[in-house]
Amino acid sequence: MPPTTEKTRTRGAPQRPGDRIFAAASTGSGVLILVILAGVAAFLVSEAWPAITAPAEDIPGDDSFVVYVWPLLFGTLLSAFFALLIATPLAVAIALFITHYAPRRLAAALGYVIDLLAAVPSIIFGLWGVAELAPRTVEPTRWLEENLGFIPLFEGPASATGRTILTISLVLAVMILPIITSVVREAFLQTPRLHEEASLALGATRWEMIRMAVLPFGRSAIVGGAMLGLGRALGETMAVAILLSPSGNVSFNLISSANPSTIAANIALTFPESSGLTINVLIASGLVLFAVTLLVNMGARAVINRRREFSGAN
Amino acid sequence: MSTTPTTSESREAGPVGPDKADLQPARLTHGSLPRRAAPGVLLAAAVLGAALWLLGVFGPVAATLLAAALYTAGLYLWSRSVEGARKAFDRFVTAMVTSAFLLALLPLVSVLFTVFDRGFERFDAEFFTYSMRNVVGEGGGVHHALFGTLIITGLATLIAVPIGMLTAIYLVEYGRGRLARYITFFVDVMTGIPSIVAGLFAVALFQLFLGPAARMGVMGAVALSVLMIPIVVRSTEEMLKLVPNELREASFALAVPKWRTIMKVVLPTAAAGIGSGVTLAIARVIGETAPLLVAVGMTTSDNFNPFDGRMATLSVFSYTQYASPGVPPVFSLDRAWAAALTLILIVMVLNLLARLIARFFAPKTR
Amino acid sequence: MAKRIEVNGLDIYYGNFLAVQGVSMTIQPQSVTALIGPSGCGKSTFLRTLNRMHELVPGARVEGKVVMDDQDLYGADVDPVNVRRQIGMVFQRPNPFPTMSIYDNVVAGVKLNSKRMKKADMDALVERSLRAANLWDEVKDRLSKPGSGLSGGQQQRLCIARAVAVQPEVLLMDEPCSALDPISTMAIEDLMMQLKSEYTIVIVTHNMQQAARVSDTTGFFNLKAVGEPGGLVEVDATDKIFSNPSVQATEDYISGRFG
Repeated sequence: MPPTTEKTRTRGAPQRPGDRIFAAASTGSGVLILVILAGVAAFLVSEAWPAITAPAEDIPGDDSFVVYVWPLLFGTLLSAFFALLIATPLAVAIALFITHYAPRRLAAALGYVIDLLAAVPSIIFGLWGVAELAPRTVEPTRWLEENLGFIPLFEGPASATGRTILTISLVLAVMILPIITSVVREAFLQTPRLHEEASLALGATRWEMIRMAVLPFGRSAIVGGAMLGLGRALGETMAVAILLSPSGNVSFNLISSANPSTIAANIALTFPESSGLTINVLIASGLVLFAVTLLVNMGARAVINRRREFSGAN
Repeated sequence: MSTTPTTSESREAGPVGPDKADLQPARLTHGSLPRRAAPGVLLAAAVLGAALWLLGVFGPVAATLLAAALYTAGLYLWSRSVEGARKAFDRFVTAMVTSAFLLALLPLVSVLFTVFDRGFERFDAEFFTYSMRNVVGEGGGVHHALFGTLIITGLATLIAVPIGMLTAIYLVEYGRGRLARYITFFVDVMTGIPSIVAGLFAVALFQLFLGPAARMGVMGAVALSVLMIPIVVRSTEEMLKLVPNELREASFALAVPKWRTIMKVVLPTAAAGIGSGVTLAIARVIGETAPLLVAVGMTTSDNFNPFDGRMATLSVFSYTQYASPGVPPVFSLDRAWAAALTLILIVMVLNLLARLIARFFAPKTR
Repeated sequence: MAKRIEVNGLDIYYGNFLAVQGVSMTIQPQSVTALIGPSGCGKSTFLRTLNRMHELVPGARVEGKVVMDDQDLYGADVDPVNVRRQIGMVFQRPNPFPTMSIYDNVVAGVKLNSKRMKKADMDALVERSLRAANLWDEVKDRLSKPGSGLSGGQQQRLCIARAVAVQPEVLLMDEPCSALDPISTMAIEDLMMQLKSEYTIVIVTHNMQQAARVSDTTGFFNLKAVGEPGGLVEVDATDKIFSNPSVQATEDYISGRFG
């Protein structure tokens, strides 16, 4: 061991101007994103504030902002919830099909086909929903009313146009299917091969292997993917705006023509003809939507990230 | 559909003890369905469904669903009686999972068919060369909206791509510690911002400076870029992570400074993937309607200046033609569908382009 | 043009973890110095401190002195990029740039730094470097083809050509043959024997026969104990290390009793 151990600098070495500029630009962009997100929140709050503090008689409907936004929030949650109810099991089944049932060579192509669903603009889903899907739901909803009318959800009277919360939930389900599928598919693909082979070696059938090895491994991805889908469904605007015949009432009835509207659709339908305080009210309702989706998405990411840490996939 | 049964796993294998010779040898085979059982049952169910449809008892969709149910139930019961409950349930799940996939294809096929079918009514030269200026009833077109969409999306790309790419570079090449973790998390969260909220953000932002009546193309571009940035960050980040660290080291060892290494080695190596990701991001936002509806509005004439007043866009055009049709409504609806068809074609071309970029600009090995 | 490197009391850290402790040695010019030792003893880590590649790992730092030409490589205002211009490196796995042709790979050090150079000079540099790496005859007809289309051994020689094209004083080689077949290995070893007339070469290798074949001086690295930092056990003329080492641990390692 030599006597002199001089501490050397490795950090403070002179940096080239190119390096400094480049590092600053890329760090700045990252920070800018945080600023933008904070800006979204800040601008929405500043423009929403007049509506939240305004006297009741200035709000459309002559009541407080809470009373104005509540039925919309209810409709948003109701349609998104049923969309999720339909889409989640379907997405899990599709992810299973792509990862474990379809021939290996086809798997990528089939995944691409499902992703194509995500590429279709929402306005087109809306037009399709009105033109194709809604008329086809008229018969089945009538049947539901006659046979299951004792359940409040199917109380009726069944809509004659098919423009119901049920139809909206179906369209939303189709629209959020790809995002849930891709999250779940990703997790299923990462199932440790050893776990799968271990259960097969115990004499399990394919389904038993999936139940023992694949589903437990993908559980939090299913939860996270479903929450991401929920976030999408909550914020979906045009498909709902086109399909909806809003009446502003609060009811669990899925099949009647008197529907609660959703926050996003209400903004799209009302905004173009609005002025003055109404715009502030709409922005305030958008803020409510932003808050709800932010919570849902943060929850979803937390769930998915936790899985990532524990899976050892990295 | 379903796989044919191969040699099944033994389940009745006896205990293996030291005096094996006294025991029956473990059976490795047991009752199994014939090789073509699954396709056979499917054929039978399909024939029955087709017959019921042709006889007019059911509609095509109901008949298909019925055939699928028949197939599932039939195969399950048959397998249960021959192969046992476990194998039968396995077949049942296979049929269910496959049906789920086919069920998801149904809306996709139906959407595409509907859009092409109805959109072709007005998919003609006039549609692309005329605007809606002074058009009442028949005629008119999307000349103004098509260019509006291209201009606004182009502007959004100009805003989103540099920010998104630089952020991805920060995350992969520089980012350490808390700031990087926050950015990663909030980029994820940002992917979930509802598009209408992005539109309202643009409105609220510009309202502060220009007053409440402001509607401009650039406002739409800002809204779209908010939606686009997280997609660009994510895809670029994935691609940069795929660049082997060895290449960075090779470049550093040649006395190349870090920023030149990133610009000249890392980015070119990932260029194909990044290009493909950016194209997909464009495809994702080009069909957005809600933010443009609130931030840009609609007009009937050509306006190609994004800093001066309302502009038309394809998606909003389609919506307004549908939502407020003239009398008779048919001309307006035809235009709405033709605009939808145009939009879906653009999206498909962009998706295809993304694939081609990924394929042809990938680093060559030969 | 080859230069001498003096290492004095070098401690190498990853964060707070002391990986290598107290290395002092002299690396002679125009000779091959081999570093041998069991896995995880810090040979490669030490090698990477010689051209300041070590500090690319987040939190990595060193204490002590590495002096070349009376200049401390870790002095306060030394630019690591300038250090690397004089001390080139060849890696374990061949890593030609996949986006570049063979030609561009050779002149990458020039082009990536956007130096202006006449076409004729550039052509001459490519030929000279490829000849120096014994690769010219094999690739002279396909210089515009991608470098990743070559065989593993050819790719590694391309990387050597790339490293010598910037005309360094010292060439560091981190297990340059471990991913190659025996024939390619032989070609690289021959190359090293030729290159040492012009360069100072330091090679890390797991292959003791290789160290014995190509090197003039050999340094043996070892861990003092499990959990302890690694360090240089002894350094001496290669003949001496392989016939009559002065430390028992070296003899144990050479004779295959451990490692």
